[in-house]
Amino acid sequence: MDAIKISGLTKFYGKARGVKNLDLRVEEGEFFGFIGPNGAGKSTTIRTVLGLLKADAGNMDIFGKDTQNFRNEILKEVGYLSSEALFYPGMRVREVILFSAKLRGRDCEKEGEKLCERLELDLEKKVRELSLGNRKKLGIVCALQHKPRLCILDEPTSGLDPLMQREFFSILKERNLAGATIFLSSHILSEVQEYCSKAAVIREGSIIACDRVARLANTGAKRIHIKGKVNLSGLSDMRDIQNGEGEIRFLYGGKMEALISVLSGQKVEDLEIVEPDLEEVFLHYYQDGVE
Amino acid sequence: MILVRHELRQGRGALGIWTAAVGLLLAVCIFIFPEMENEMGGMGDLFGSMGSFTEAFGMDRVNFGTFIGFYSVECGNILGLGGALFSALCGVGALAKEESEHTAEFLLTHPISRGRVTAEKLLAVMLEIFFFNLCVYGIAVISISLCGEPIPWREVNLLHFAYWLLQVEIAGICFGFSAFLQRGTAGVGLGIAILFYFLHLIANLSKNAKFLRYITPFAYADGAEIVAEGKIAIGLVVCGMLYAVGGIAIAFLWYGKKDIT
Repeated sequence: MDAIKISGLTKFYGKARGVKNLDLRVEEGEFFGFIGPNGAGKSTTIRTVLGLLKADAGNMDIFGKDTQNFRNEILKEVGYLSSEALFYPGMRVREVILFSAKLRGRDCEKEGEKLCERLELDLEKKVRELSLGNRKKLGIVCALQHKPRLCILDEPTSGLDPLMQREFFSILKERNLAGATIFLSSHILSEVQEYCSKAAVIREGSIIACDRVARLANTGAKRIHIKGKVNLSGLSDMRDIQNGEGEIRFLYGGKMEALISVLSGQKVEDLEIVEPDLEEVFLHYYQDGVE
Repeated sequence: MILVRHELRQGRGALGIWTAAVGLLLAVCIFIFPEMENEMGGMGDLFGSMGSFTEAFGMDRVNFGTFIGFYSVECGNILGLGGALFSALCGVGALAKEESEHTAEFLLTHPISRGRVTAEKLLAVMLEIFFFNLCVYGIAVISISLCGEPIPWREVNLLHFAYWLLQVEIAGICFGFSAFLQRGTAGVGLGIAILFYFLHLIANLSKNAKFLRYITPFAYADGAEIVAEGKIAIGLVVCGMLYAVGGIAIAFLWYGKKDIT
């Protein structure tokens, strides 16, 4: 079953583009990354799916149910963490967590306490006293304490220190192993590459690539690092060229045979050929879009 | 009713402050009456002969030397204006504050429909207004008793009922505005309440502006008129309640479909 199925989603803010004719499928049980820079349409997609924004066109289903007609039923199964993580400033952390549980009509006390302990969240602090990182932790507890089938997380790690990020992903992995679907919107590509099984890249309101992360990273291009004074004038299909003193780095999309042929007979001190990481793939997608 | 309780908790500080402020002013006003009563011989004539000012505040229709005449004008202005400002702030902030404080995203991603959010917030506003009036009524009755005046129950009850209706109307209208607003809500709310107040003064001053009585809720909550007539103008109340229902209906319709940004 698809946890999320979006077809032809279009949303404009007046004349400004939000998303345009966007299609996306996330299968149940996946750890899915949603990648794109600011303004690409990530938050618009999420907010429309959650019913905060009204779509101009398109259909959205969560667990096979139409989001417009079954909004409340769907939201019972969903845990959402917004990128800003803002709460009622006069309330204490404990009160916000309890309020969230009550709005869901659930007793999540035990799970809430467990999460607070793991995330080292002070329950007695007032929201107005919390840093961004602690507000994020509060948001994580509210989003996960009812053990949702689908977790939608919009830029969840901003503000969290590296140790907390690790703990947070460890919680997510446990939830994912228990069967929950994780939908993670991020522009931190390393975390998507490390934790997500599948990812979609959004550019200017449309999905431009959607595949398994391993396959997405494997574009056929290689990251080449050559030490030594070499002349590569005969070589085509080179991108992202960085010239250093006595060395050159570039992304190479041509045939390996051609590279070796150009290099043969030249003074190569060292040659490194590696798979590009997701960040490079991401840049590749975005640079191609620049006119 | 989770959201009603939440709203009441969030608004309890403002409710306490407004109740204390209006109640205290009302009590002070009541306690100075015995002193003023002795000096009222000439003042009644003075208040009754100030031309437009007298008409604007309805002082030509009641005897300022009697307690209820004094109460209807002086205390009426305190409770009328104070209550109007309080209810306007309650109504106009109810829905808008979620967006201005960026908590709408948190609230509306829980399994609670926007219709229920609107309904529970409206109920919370109406309860706050009810508690406000109940406390102020209690303070007024106790203050009148303490200063030794016999309580003219019918007139006092009618006056307080009219002010409660006024506040319900203003809250209902401002609730409609609340669905559209994201920030600057206090200015809009206070502006609406003060506009209605001045429309009432204008309606009292000019015969050509009598139609304004069908627009401003201060017309049916005119203390001097209620005491003089011994009743509240039902026609004006019906008009006012229709405006309130209109405001509330607009809030439900608009908030149900608006984009939460």
